Amino acid sequence: MRIVVLGVGNILLSDEGIGVHAVNRLVELYDLPEEVEVIDGGTSGMDCLDQVSEADYLIIADCMRSKKEPGTITRLTGDQIPAFFKTRISPHQVGLSDMLGALNFHDMMPKNIVLFGVEPLSFDLSMEPTPTVGARLPELVELLAGELAEIGIAVTKKAA
Amino acid sequence: MSKRITIDPITRIEGHLRIDVEVDGGKVTKAWSSGQMWRGVELILLGRDPRDAWAITQRICGVCTTVHAMTSVRAVENALNLEVPVNAQFIRNMIISAHAIHDHIVHFYHLSALDWVDVVSALKADPLKTAQLAESLSDWPLNNKHVMVQTLEKLKSFVGSGQLGPFTNGYWGHPAMKLSPEVNLLAVAHYLQALDAQRHANKIVTLLGSKSPHIQNVAVGGVSNPIATDSQSVLTVERLLKLKMHMDALGDFIRKVYLVDIAAIGAFYADWTKYGAGVTNYLSCPDFPMDTKGTQFLVPGGYIPNADLAQYKPITAFGDAYLRDGVEEGVKHAWYEYSKPGPLHPYKGETVPKYTDFQDDGKYSWLKAPTFYGKRAQVGPLASVLAGVAAGHQPTIGYANKVLDTASSLLGSKIPLAALHSTIGRHAARAVRCGVMQEVMVQNWQALLDNIGKGDTKTFNKPTFPKGEVMGYGFHEAPRGLLSHWTVIRDGKIANYQCVVPSTWNAGPRDDSDAIGPYEASLMDNPIADAELPLEVLRTVHSFDPCLACAVHVVEDNKEVVQVKAL
Repeated sequence: MRIVVLGVGNILLSDEGIGVHAVNRLVELYDLPEEVEVIDGGTSGMDCLDQVSEADYLIIADCMRSKKEPGTITRLTGDQIPAFFKTRISPHQVGLSDMLGALNFHDMMPKNIVLFGVEPLSFDLSMEPTPTVGARLPELVELLAGELAEIGIAVTKKAA
Repeated sequence: MSKRITIDPITRIEGHLRIDVEVDGGKVTKAWSSGQMWRGVELILLGRDPRDAWAITQRICGVCTTVHAMTSVRAVENALNLEVPVNAQFIRNMIISAHAIHDHIVHFYHLSALDWVDVVSALKADPLKTAQLAESLSDWPLNNKHVMVQTLEKLKSFVGSGQLGPFTNGYWGHPAMKLSPEVNLLAVAHYLQALDAQRHANKIVTLLGSKSPHIQNVAVGGVSNPIATDSQSVLTVERLLKLKMHMDALGDFIRKVYLVDIAAIGAFYADWTKYGAGVTNYLSCPDFPMDTKGTQFLVPGGYIPNADLAQYKPITAFGDAYLRDGVEEGVKHAWYEYSKPGPLHPYKGETVPKYTDFQDDGKYSWLKAPTFYGKRAQVGPLASVLAGVAAGHQPTIGYANKVLDTASSLLGSKIPLAALHSTIGRHAARAVRCGVMQEVMVQNWQALLDNIGKGDTKTFNKPTFPKGEVMGYGFHEAPRGLLSHWTVIRDGKIANYQCVVPSTWNAGPRDDSDAIGPYEASLMDNPIADAELPLEVLRTVHSFDPCLACAVHVVEDNKEVVQVKAL
């Protein structure tokens, strides 16, 4: 089994980078087995194609505008995700949706896709998320770890 | 009566570009190019350690990560007058050529081919005829009838599923689509194969850069790749041989597929050699340094005024004064305000926003308007290829002739070099440069091996930062053209930082003397068959490979992916 955890976003624009912060924290806090590949995708699209293709599971962490309270975490799966990509919610979705579209056309789509989207408060210039959204970071990391555990992956917290 | 068309946003990748044109009598009579997002990313660098700038600037854009990293270390090294071990130059050169080839292949096949290729028309193709045509053009092994039959079946099931995915925004059946169903099918087959080709380029970047999409191995003073031919964890002989395998695979694809496809598209759309020239002052820089100082380059670059190759003036070294002293940016038509009138040199650059509405005759863009000795200049692979021809650079001349000769024989009449000053010419130049860079990559691979063979494994010179103020700039001939980073360092901290990016050169608004920019100029007189579906505007703008994330800042809105408003 091959599982890819992909963090997406621009870490120069505060809450925009929440997905990248989350996957970086995941690696800091947890020992993950070799079958789990964690990628800081930044705002790249096609550059991640190789790693994402034909994964059994693709778990994406991203910021997502869905007109909810800032910091709200939404989980989308399977068919909900192509629908999500039809309207412009995430500023780098064109890269991501192009990548998924290309994978689809090549029959290389990951078998399962789960997306955790965090409602942003601000895209101001900063390398840290806003306090409101940053406060949800531990929860987002737990959700990613929980998703891995659900799949049957042994995730163990590193010794402090 | 003239009709106003607004396309917003026009990019398929990163960033927001808005294009407005006025159409009269079936052609464009006025044009505006507007960056719709503010870029203030330089501000985040102020006060930071210059050794960290490359890691931060490679986050400006998801497409151009590597190029900002490289240009940033070159800028700081220039400020410190720091030489770089040749091994580090070779490794950097391989990364930037692989990255650029990746970028060009993805741009042509996955982002812009759909402006010229009607995917739905390919459903009507006879796959046997497609294979015959393909095999008459090239001995690429994946041009046979089995591949074409498979491609057609795949396309049928894909279109039948109703999920057009990457093809959603295509202009199917548009009157400006001219390829036969067979040629369209061939293009779809190569679209699929290009995905495998770009993987080879990505593997090279990952093997050398240790991580993709964000490389980790550069450092001010060199690279952090330890070279040890007998260790498992570093740059070993085994890894080096793997690199070569990927380089050779790329060479096959570029020579047997990409260059041939470009020639074919150019021949079938030969009328597009008449449109899109725009600003014909061309600016490029030399790249792929082979010495520690950056005075010997594998590919030349420089300035060509008014499309006159005889007046080519080369840029010759890192820190070159001719380039350094010629660059300014104006904000008369941009949403900024300077503390004094007139354009500013990047060392003195200011980033203070002043937003107004979109004013046709006033301010209308978040992009500044760069000039070279007061003139607008076009940057990009075409500028680089023309500089190569002007400088007598044999690999460039060889690939340019190959494309022009193939296109001429398909068309049945001679296509001259001057045809490159056009929309389709920019695509051709991109393929030509890919051919050149694949050779460059292999040369650097060999140079690295030879140098290691001599016992030199040095990859890093430690930088030291003096008290007081130093300044420097770095240049790089990036996939979209000349990229420069300019930095002022005071007491070891960044005191000013400005990125003058290719898309600012090309997509910038009118300048301080109201001269229009390259995008705007290239749109003038373009034919528009249907103002509701302005495919021709997309063709010309996409030929520059627009990527605005580094040119501008992100915006918060809920627009559709492509919105065309005909007013």
